[in-house]
Amino acid sequence: MKVRGRVVRTRHVSFRFADRTVLVSLALLLAVIGVGLVTLTSGDFELTVAEVANSLIGRGDGASDFIVLTLRLPRLLTGILVGIALAVSGGILQGLSGNPLASPDILGFVQGSATGAILVIVLVDGGMAEVGAGALVGGVATSVVVYLLAFKQGVQGFRLILIGIGVSFIMLSLNQYLITRASLSDAIAAQAWQVGGLNGRGWDHVRVVGSAVAVLLPLALYFGRRLALLEMGDATARGLGVDAERTRFALIAISVGLAAVATAAAGPVSFLALAAPQLARRLTGSAGAGLVPAALMGALLLVAGDLAVQRLFSPAQLPVGIATGAIGGLYLIWLLAHEWRRGIAR
Amino acid sequence: MGTAEQVRPRGGTSHVARAAGLLVAVGVLVFVFVLSLWVGTRDIPFAETWQVLLHDDGSDEAVIIHDLRVPRGLMGLLVGGALGLAGALMQALTRNPLADPGLLGVEMGASAAVVVAIAFTGVTSVTGYIWFAFAGAAAASVVVYVLGSSGRSAATPERLVLAGAAITAVLVAFVSAVLVLDAEAFNSFRFWNVGALAGRKMDAVTQVAPFILVGVGLALGLARSLNVLALGDHTGKALGANLGRTRALGALAVTLLCGAATAAAGPIAFIGLTIPHVARMIAGSDQRWVLPYSIVLAPILLIGADVVGRVVIAPAELQVGIVTAFLGAPVFIALCRRRKLAHL
Repeated sequence: MKVRGRVVRTRHVSFRFADRTVLVSLALLLAVIGVGLVTLTSGDFELTVAEVANSLIGRGDGASDFIVLTLRLPRLLTGILVGIALAVSGGILQGLSGNPLASPDILGFVQGSATGAILVIVLVDGGMAEVGAGALVGGVATSVVVYLLAFKQGVQGFRLILIGIGVSFIMLSLNQYLITRASLSDAIAAQAWQVGGLNGRGWDHVRVVGSAVAVLLPLALYFGRRLALLEMGDATARGLGVDAERTRFALIAISVGLAAVATAAAGPVSFLALAAPQLARRLTGSAGAGLVPAALMGALLLVAGDLAVQRLFSPAQLPVGIATGAIGGLYLIWLLAHEWRRGIAR
Repeated sequence: MGTAEQVRPRGGTSHVARAAGLLVAVGVLVFVFVLSLWVGTRDIPFAETWQVLLHDDGSDEAVIIHDLRVPRGLMGLLVGGALGLAGALMQALTRNPLADPGLLGVEMGASAAVVVAIAFTGVTSVTGYIWFAFAGAAAASVVVYVLGSSGRSAATPERLVLAGAAITAVLVAFVSAVLVLDAEAFNSFRFWNVGALAGRKMDAVTQVAPFILVGVGLALGLARSLNVLALGDHTGKALGANLGRTRALGALAVTLLCGAATAAAGPIAFIGLTIPHVARMIAGSDQRWVLPYSIVLAPILLIGADVVGRVVIAPAELQVGIVTAFLGAPVFIALCRRRKLAHL
């Protein structure tokens, strides 16, 4: 394999990055900022960029301060953070399993979170914070169960996936059963949670998701560099000085943590964890799981989806996962069709 | 296909053992089917069930058995077998253990077409839906297949999988958007979408049966070619196999099987994904055994779940989709832990 890109060396560390990856990442970052600006300025109450900027640096008037700082900015930030968390979580799992279909759903994760949330809604009638906590506990507990069930002198990726499928179907049917047995108002609340979305997300959400991402993202990037080595097989990785089992455990734990926090904050957002790493991979043209472009792509998809939900369908409450599914799906189709045409031309 | 003759994937057991296992499975299937005629909300003694089944004397019991239970059991047989086989085909075609029949966009294509039928054309009968579901399933799978091929050459597994996931996501978005905006359509659609065998009449059975039978024949004829496909594109080509033809015929078979099953019973997820894994754990990775095992094992689970669903909260019924996962998943997990996993 030809090694391309530039090498940065300092006294202690040196690393290589590819030009195209950097360009794509910068473009994605600009797109996130652009969509963010549209989100902050447009809506029922139009603001100019100058007014938004004034509010952001603390010099705005009361009305725009309220709209920007209390309503729109926390929602936007939650969207960005949740997008990053889900995309990185999916990117890690796809790299670990070498399967483009792998996403946190297959570890029973999303269904377990839903079970936790529904149990809280049905049994203790909790508020938004309790439901979020229930989702967090449910998701993590389900993932631990899956990991333990799959453990047999180490965890083999294939077995982990199959057992994850089995467990997530049990949780799914448990959820359906709970919803059919619950009272109507509980069932509606549970359904609303399962739909997911960023409505009414405030600074509390930003703080929780933000601190989780701040801790787990650097860890993910650090361990993510070993993903390429793990893909060569356990023996080779060991020969290159990587403890395969421990690295795999760390990566799974990081992935679960990120998915847990994201799901607790925004409910299940379908398809994003699957699509973002794949889209990023196709744009950068790199083989590995470029986690940084994947994270930016996730953030872009989610804020763009949220913008579409807020502005295009506005009176109807369309879940953000639907919009991200449509945007991400169409984009992926377009990329595939583009490659298809190129294939014909060749 | 002479070249395929030399390709014998390693399996765990001998042909005799696998044939015996298949016979036992068929025996269990017959038992479960008879059980499904006998067990239900209305208590009918076994002897009377048998007698009424053979001589339709027009009594209440005869009406219940001939008009309700027999079509329901047959539907379970057809839908279960079709879904299990479609799953096994899908996983072999894409060489991906996570592939399920829903992935080729078939199920969502059917759903989207049914939504269009309900919301824009005013079709309201289940028999009317079937044709829409079929057209939608076929259209979606053609689009996925074309996108999944890379222009010059035939479809590759990874592109098929991605194209399927992308089309499915877009169709899900479309269906949800229509349902959110049109409450009346939602009300009609949810009855179709439950994924149930109950209330299916004999004419629905005769309507879907031909499609499923053609699909089964096509799939079983492909078993050898699928074995070659499992060796990878390069080896397969070197052995002279026509990979493009196998994938195209396989996709056609999946569309027939899954389109018919979805049209008849709505989306049922668990079976197509897991039954082929169980079949491989028992029979090894030889598709000539995996496909028949999948056909027999899947309806055992589906009809069994349907029977259990009638009993556990009688006189009400638990949806077959819920029971299928509750019954099947623990067995599936235990098998995953016990058995050596057979790779694709």
